[in-house]
Amino acid sequence: MICVENLTKTYNTVRAVDGISFNVQQGEILGLLGPNGAGKTTTLRMLTGFLKPTSGSIHVGDLSIADHALEIKKALGYLPESAPLYHDMLVYDYLRFVAAVRGMDAPRREDRIREIAGLCGIETVMHQPIGILSKGYKQRVGLAHAMIDDPDVLVLDEPTSGLDPNQIVEIREIIRRIGKAKTIIFSTHILSEAEATCDRVLIIHRGRIAADSSTVRLKETLGSRSQVHLTLRQADPDEARRELSAVPGVAGIEALEPADGQVRLVLACRPGSDPRADIYGRIRRTDWVLLDFHQETQSLEDIFRELTKES
Amino acid sequence: MRQALSICRKEFNSYFTSPIAYIVIAIFLLVTGWFFFATFFLFNQASLRNFFSLLPSVFAFVVPAVTMRQLAEEFNVGSYETLLTLPVQFTDVVVGKFLAGVAFIAAMLVPTLAYPVTVALLGSLDWGPVAGGYLGAVALGAAFAAIGLFASAVTRNQIVAFIVGLAICFALTLVDQVAIFMPAGFTAVFTYLAVDVHFQNIAKGVIDTRDIVYFASLCFIGLYATHLALRSKT
Repeated sequence: MICVENLTKTYNTVRAVDGISFNVQQGEILGLLGPNGAGKTTTLRMLTGFLKPTSGSIHVGDLSIADHALEIKKALGYLPESAPLYHDMLVYDYLRFVAAVRGMDAPRREDRIREIAGLCGIETVMHQPIGILSKGYKQRVGLAHAMIDDPDVLVLDEPTSGLDPNQIVEIREIIRRIGKAKTIIFSTHILSEAEATCDRVLIIHRGRIAADSSTVRLKETLGSRSQVHLTLRQADPDEARRELSAVPGVAGIEALEPADGQVRLVLACRPGSDPRADIYGRIRRTDWVLLDFHQETQSLEDIFRELTKES
Repeated sequence: MRQALSICRKEFNSYFTSPIAYIVIAIFLLVTGWFFFATFFLFNQASLRNFFSLLPSVFAFVVPAVTMRQLAEEFNVGSYETLLTLPVQFTDVVVGKFLAGVAFIAAMLVPTLAYPVTVALLGSLDWGPVAGGYLGAVALGAAFAAIGLFASAVTRNQIVAFIVGLAICFALTLVDQVAIFMPAGFTAVFTYLAVDVHFQNIAKGVIDTRDIVYFASLCFIGLYATHLALRSKT
């Protein structure tokens, strides 16, 4: 559906985007993840035809953005970061303007505006100037603006930034609802959001792709480095270390500060192995008292931090 | 073209949702009305020549005030990004905004039709020069609107856009006044460049292709420069 190859954008001497390539399938929800200034917005701006790439190509379907910008823009709905809309216009007037520019025929416009207002929950503010709306409503008007012509592809730049938790859930709900039929690309720096909404994430760091895989696989491959946390009583720290490091699948043991005569250990597991049964078996043969035994897999949060660490 | 018209309609309407339109129209009518009628009865002539001779200087102030927000505000608010990612081309944006500016200037001139009507009641008015004058006024307004739009395209600050537009328009209005200080060869060039000379020709009721070409080229240069300024931003 969308094919990006070797996309590069240079501002004077700064390389904001540095040779990014990826594909998006029809009906996929792709999350663009990265710290601030990683090049997410620049990538989206090139994708939507607002910026010209320094080099590289973007294809949507069979069309190339260099030659068919107008057709691509027509097939695309875009919500820029923090929804910069005309402040002095009424919501209704604005949506009608967008519908007219997009070339929707007059009889269809009214129905579609009503429909989209219902979908985005903005019926109550249709006759208010955009400038006085709260951030959440502004964002929803922006979503309505992007979806008014029922485009095949939706590009959303940080659609939930600056919203309160309830609004975030609502916007996410809308994205998921429309995402069933559409291809959606959205950027965020909130990982849980990508995890909750996307089929696939692309982690961008310093203008390059640091990781590209489905959310599930990303957690499996990078998150396989799990740790087992143990809290024991009536155990000798050195003996416990010796005993447990012999368990196959345990890569290393770290002892935490003991408290109240308890021994607290963190066992790092070898990638791909699950030594919990063996650990428990080993503990049962001793007379230690097991107070706590739990496993922690590396979260997307940790993966993200690891991939985008400033080195 | 459809997109350009949609943008034009939206821009024109947005003038009237903010107080700017009313303030600009009020000031324009006040200034032209005062200067026209203050000396009108002294000359004892039923003509609008006085009104039209003032118009280029007044327009040099008023038109940049009309156009200053057209692009500068879009850059400042960021709505430029939303606008340009709709299925439009630079030409649609430039032409749409330009036409809205011209339409607004024409709307601003409508109340001044009270002057010729008043004069016609007081004496016998020759309507030929009046018609020419209004035609010339729209041509002049269009040329200044194109220049003002360019000034608005080079900055995100409306005040800067106003001052740049004012400087260019005013220079074009006054350039024939300095022609006498110039070496002989330049006099003709400076006189040709002057807005005033071409406008007064039309305002006399003489519609010469040279004057029409002059205003059309000013519009074209202004719009093309705007187009280039917008393209350089991508």
